[in-house]
Amino acid sequence: MADLTSDFVGIKSPNPFWLASAPPTDKEYNVCRAFEAGWGGVVWKTLGLDPHVVNVNGPRYGAIYGADRRLLGLNNIELITDRPLQTNLDEIKVVKRDYPDRAMIVSLMVPCEEEPWKFILPLVEDTGADGVELNFGCPHGMSERGMGSAVGQVPEYIEMVTRWVKANTRMPVIVKLTPNITDIRKPAEAAMKGGADAVSLINTINSITSVDLDLFAPEPTIDGKGAHGGYCGPAVKPIALNMVAEIARDPSLGQIPISGIGGITTWRDAAEFMALGAGNVQVCTAAMTYGFKIVQEMISGLSDYMDSKGLTSVDEIVGRAVPNVTDWQHLNLNYVAKAKIDQDLCISCGRCFAACEDTSHQAIAMSEDRTFTVIDEECVACNLCVNVCPVEDCITMEAMAPGLVDSRTGKVVEPDYANWTTHPNNPASKAAE
Amino acid sequence: MSSDAFTPGIVPARLEAEAYADHFSDLHPRLDAHEALVAADRCYFCHDAPCITACPTDIDIPLFIRQIATGTPDAAAKTILSQNIMGGMCARVCPTEQLCEEACVRELAEGKPVLIGQLQRYATDHLQEQGIHPFSRAAATGKTVAVVGAGPAGLSCAHRLAMLGHDVVVYDARPKAGGLNEYGIATYKTVEGFAQAEVDWLLQIGGIRIEFGKALGREETLESLRAGHDAVFLGMGLGGVNALEAEGSDKEGVLDAVDFIADLRQAKDLARVPVGRDVVVIGGGMTAIDAAVQARLLGALNVTLVYRRGRDRMNASVFEQDLATSKGVRIVTHAVPRAVIGNGAVREIEFDYVDGAMAPTGQTLRLAADQVFRAIGQSLVGEGLPALEGRKIKVDDAGRTSLQGVWAGGDCAAGGDDLTVTAVAEGRDAAMDIHEALTGAAA
Repeated sequence: MADLTSDFVGIKSPNPFWLASAPPTDKEYNVCRAFEAGWGGVVWKTLGLDPHVVNVNGPRYGAIYGADRRLLGLNNIELITDRPLQTNLDEIKVVKRDYPDRAMIVSLMVPCEEEPWKFILPLVEDTGADGVELNFGCPHGMSERGMGSAVGQVPEYIEMVTRWVKANTRMPVIVKLTPNITDIRKPAEAAMKGGADAVSLINTINSITSVDLDLFAPEPTIDGKGAHGGYCGPAVKPIALNMVAEIARDPSLGQIPISGIGGITTWRDAAEFMALGAGNVQVCTAAMTYGFKIVQEMISGLSDYMDSKGLTSVDEIVGRAVPNVTDWQHLNLNYVAKAKIDQDLCISCGRCFAACEDTSHQAIAMSEDRTFTVIDEECVACNLCVNVCPVEDCITMEAMAPGLVDSRTGKVVEPDYANWTTHPNNPASKAAE
Repeated sequence: MSSDAFTPGIVPARLEAEAYADHFSDLHPRLDAHEALVAADRCYFCHDAPCITACPTDIDIPLFIRQIATGTPDAAAKTILSQNIMGGMCARVCPTEQLCEEACVRELAEGKPVLIGQLQRYATDHLQEQGIHPFSRAAATGKTVAVVGAGPAGLSCAHRLAMLGHDVVVYDARPKAGGLNEYGIATYKTVEGFAQAEVDWLLQIGGIRIEFGKALGREETLESLRAGHDAVFLGMGLGGVNALEAEGSDKEGVLDAVDFIADLRQAKDLARVPVGRDVVVIGGGMTAIDAAVQARLLGALNVTLVYRRGRDRMNASVFEQDLATSKGVRIVTHAVPRAVIGNGAVREIEFDYVDGAMAPTGQTLRLAADQVFRAIGQSLVGEGLPALEGRKIKVDDAGRTSLQGVWAGGDCAAGGDDLTVTAVAEGRDAAMDIHEALTGAAA
């Protein structure tokens, strides 16, 4: 069993798996169950000023399903906590007292003025919480009131509020970012300038999950109407991974610590976020789908992985893939691969053929007896056949060794690295020095 | 007097009254909506899918499964029924494990094919139970076609002809339509009167009249049918039963399996269908299996199915063989009946064991038997028929016989497997050719 203990901006937890600020962390009962199940920490569902908000009394969630109603994406229009501030503060204090080894972060969202922050921060400190997370990401309801993503979409506001918070508390400050922007580095930069100890991302993505074609209304439908919600769950993971990586690999952001969020469902998802620079991860939808017990799979899975790799600390994973995230222009154009179909594994479904023939490069041949083979003369190694093949490892991309001739181009595969910046077709290319 | 499994002789009511409904319930209960979605999701939507090639009626299986997966089972049903108007029955009785599901790439990959037959049933039931008939007739052509036999071949042909605008008269010897669907299939494969419901649904197309109790060579002649109609389709199946060439085979209790199966299907109360204590079924096809299994289900103590060759040569599929053994039927192979023994009624039956070349090995087998079912094949009956090929009517690819204006399909025609689905395909294809012959236009 590997040592999974985590130290994220000075906040210690027995493992790097936190529950994100969301419905599962709304009250003492849930959070105690989470800690009993083994979660390393929680970000308590966002507190606001009294009078507390109210939620709709109809559906709050909508879903996207895969096979067998496997939940792939969840959409949420729930607001921040709809309980009185003092109730939450009292419960936080009790839970932190009872579970001192777990991380207790409190998510906050108050109006964009310094006074409310000055008011609420001491109250949170008094609970014994380990840190605060500023909710600049909530994309529905609160943003209409000038909070949540309405702040997160304006870097100047992020910087300003972060600075107020830092000036009014000793606790570590994590700024939670909204993905509903064009360049995630701008809000991250603003948080850094404001003095944030870390950023967490992503919050949920503006979405309409589906439309009821009888009512002609968006789902979830409240009395015939629907409003966009925040999208989360496995479907958003690729978007979140990219945003985490964008921040992690930007040298101007000074390696600001990142708490990774977005569709994390398994230990492997968590490890991927960490490899792309997340110091720890936060989970919500997977817990909402399967219950708190999933953390046990995450713990055993990450532990086994670390043991198999000979890693002794989760910090050895963090950021390990970041150097390999680059820009397209720096990809090696001299690298040549060809698809290869393992005839022993092939079940002759023909999906690779249909995909390649109809939508790609006509690089797969089909014989009378349904044998499918790659035509190297046409194959550009696009990978679509690999992606649509239902059999794992049946089609693989095989790199061509330098010195061989690519039968598609007739050119010898060069051993040296060469990218677009020096390519003769690039009008802006400069001769290699 | 009550009877049970141990009562000697051929008697009814061997079981408790409530056991019959259980024993003869649906072999494969229908998938519910969620099960259908899960099953449909397993389809890979193969390119030029092998399952389509394997289907005698060329149903676009990946398309109909995708239509189920996307919540449009009625569209799926139309995809099925436009190729196979008896898609509902075929979904129940097709040996899918030898056809579409054997060809399914997931059978190759995992040994677990997509449940094509059950998905087909889900779709066709969904549509048909709403009473929707998604086809309509073209403008009347003024032509009339006689169809002999209201079984799968005849009704398939009749429906397609009616759809193309022809008027059709179907002649059938029996009092009900459906042919083997109604009289020749095990009860647990088509429960709750489905065969008749399907016929009623099929006839909604209009333009089809059925004349019951009219058999070729009895009430009608081929000559009169040819004279009175613009074309004739022969789809009367095989009316004769092959005799048992064994000494004493005329003894009481030696019966035709097809009659036993028909009696079961027509029985209002299964408890009143008599069955032996020691039943022997001779044959290796679906009829033999259907008889043997149902004899067990009726409460026979010992049921032995005896086939002259090895299991691999049986016409009954492996699934059917396994079904039989799972119900307690003993399958004996490489044995040929030699003598039926008994004083008036059968008491025992003796077999010669034979080798692969059907030569007697010198060893014999004697089985107690108070009921023996012949299931060694059926034969074509009738006179003045078109030219034969072997023991069936010779046809070309379009179902044309040696006689001008006479087509044939289904079990009475040479070529093809004797399956419901094959009969439907042949009836359909003959109809298309008849249409072209009568109107000069390809449909």
